Amino acid sequence: MSRYRRENLETQVERERTEFFAALNNLDRRSFLKVAAASCAAATAAGATFGSFQPLRFVGAQDAAGNASNAGFKVAYISDSHLYVKEKNDRFANALMRAVDDVNAMEEQPDFVFYGGDLAQLGRPEELQLGYDILKELKAPLKIMVGEHDWYYDMGEKWKSLFGEPQWSFDHKGVRFVCLMSVLEEDFWTERKMTPAERMSTVAGLDNRVQRPFQVGEASRKWLEETLADCPDDKPIVVFSHSPLYQLYKDWNFWTEDAEEVQAILSRFEKVTVIHGHTHQLLTNQIDNISFHGLLSTAWPWPYAPQGTPELTVPMNRSDPFNAMDGCGDGEFRVSAEGLVDKVYNIWNRKPILVPAAYVRDGDESQMPPRPNIPNY
Amino acid sequence: MKKLDWKSFLFGAALGVAPIATVAVVSLTSSEATAQLWGRFRSQAVVAAPGQVVVCSETCVDDGAKSENAEFVASSTQWTRGFDDSWVAEELERHPIKKIDDNKTVWNIKGSQKEGHTYGNYTEADALLWKKETERLVAEGSLIFHSADLLGSKNGVSCDMCHPDAEGTHAETYPKYQVQLGRVALLRDMSNWCLTQPCRGEAMSGDDPRMRALEAYMHAMRSGKPMKYGKH
Repeated sequence: MSRYRRENLETQVERERTEFFAALNNLDRRSFLKVAAASCAAATAAGATFGSFQPLRFVGAQDAAGNASNAGFKVAYISDSHLYVKEKNDRFANALMRAVDDVNAMEEQPDFVFYGGDLAQLGRPEELQLGYDILKELKAPLKIMVGEHDWYYDMGEKWKSLFGEPQWSFDHKGVRFVCLMSVLEEDFWTERKMTPAERMSTVAGLDNRVQRPFQVGEASRKWLEETLADCPDDKPIVVFSHSPLYQLYKDWNFWTEDAEEVQAILSRFEKVTVIHGHTHQLLTNQIDNISFHGLLSTAWPWPYAPQGTPELTVPMNRSDPFNAMDGCGDGEFRVSAEGLVDKVYNIWNRKPILVPAAYVRDGDESQMPPRPNIPNY
Repeated sequence: MKKLDWKSFLFGAALGVAPIATVAVVSLTSSEATAQLWGRFRSQAVVAAPGQVVVCSETCVDDGAKSENAEFVASSTQWTRGFDDSWVAEELERHPIKKIDDNKTVWNIKGSQKEGHTYGNYTEADALLWKKETERLVAEGSLIFHSADLLGSKNGVSCDMCHPDAEGTHAETYPKYQVQLGRVALLRDMSNWCLTQPCRGEAMSGDDPRMRALEAYMHAMRSGKPMKYGKH
């Protein structure tokens, strides 16, 4: 019998979890055995699925011959931290530090860490500087993209001074990585005589309709075309973009105005993966040859838009507002030897969710991520 | 009574005896007239003439001034913004709200049982007044919903950051047993939880004008969703 009277399921799970991690913190030999036994028992009790403490194994981490050297590589990601200055909000800064700790604690370090934009909330130099100071603790090399929250206070001045040009490209183990600046908005502020702070606040409001739709823009599309000109059609391409590069829901700028033009540039390649920020949720799509994956935020999760969520997306369970970090997280993706991407959403305090290329690209239903048990509405 | 000349006294008196319906219709075409109408219910400021504001005690306006309704109207935050309501249009441009009911079903019903009924013979003009005043409250809620400062949030977090367009507020599902609180909650109880925890601010009392405005906004934005109390 439980020593806790009237304990409901939630508190029971929470207590067991807390006790487990408390026990992990001071492991001598005896308590290690106890914890090991307890977790084994828990796993058995849970049935076929192993507990949430099971390290995740990747499909395709090894090729058929078991040749690990040809197993592709791993990239970690962190995104959308929306930092305020320290004095105003330590919550978001703590969340970003948690993500950095997560990545640094990976046993197999990623080849690099990708940051998905919106490091700052209101684009202030102090906010960006704080983000820079936290991210420089990463052990693996950082590749970073710009988001609208980083840009519209000083039009990218501080961000560029810290991180360089917003568009870049490089080859890594046979894969071409390209990063786009995809949060351009038409000028709405001059006519309205907005100050930089007002302009920034307008763009910072997801449901603010005064701002304009995101776009990559003609110049950047041209740049993309030139950057990919030397790539053969069968070279795997991974594109980083803050906006989704397809059109889901315009009112929240889950949208890229010139998405079709960008997709047309990518259409000649056989294997293209777009990794995008901004949407703060598990989001999956496939348009022709292009696979799309969203990123989790470290600051807060967005609800799913009232319409436009792709059918392929298996949504994540609704977030618990009583747990400040629920629905937030970080993650990683593994690029297989063939250049296909298996995506992992590491939602904090939950079991990680794997969205493999076999499901997204090849439509293998047996590889479908688990469905949520609480519907979104 | 800080300043009250005879002109504004007469003005106030005339307003007091003017039939309400007449003023209501006029108010639709003139924001100044709206101001005069609502001035009857306010205990602080009355716009007496363009450019002239007279602060007067309740004795200078009619009997409505001391009623409970007058207190509500006077303290409602959408009215403390003064009579220039351009802020409503600006807020609704930034954050459009769901369409309000047009109440066509109660306009000029012929051959009805209207004689002697409270809802006698309402016109489109009446419905427009209702719409205008209701939207003003919803717009006020929208302003607060989108502003960490107005919410009293201590860390810059405002409602819209997790609930764009009030998505996920589930206003139509209250009251419900809130598992995490271990008790039945009203929408305002959840709002207060968010105010005190994620926003690290102060809880608002149930009849705080800001809380009333926030509820108005959330209910308006969840319009069209089936009411289903207790739903998780």
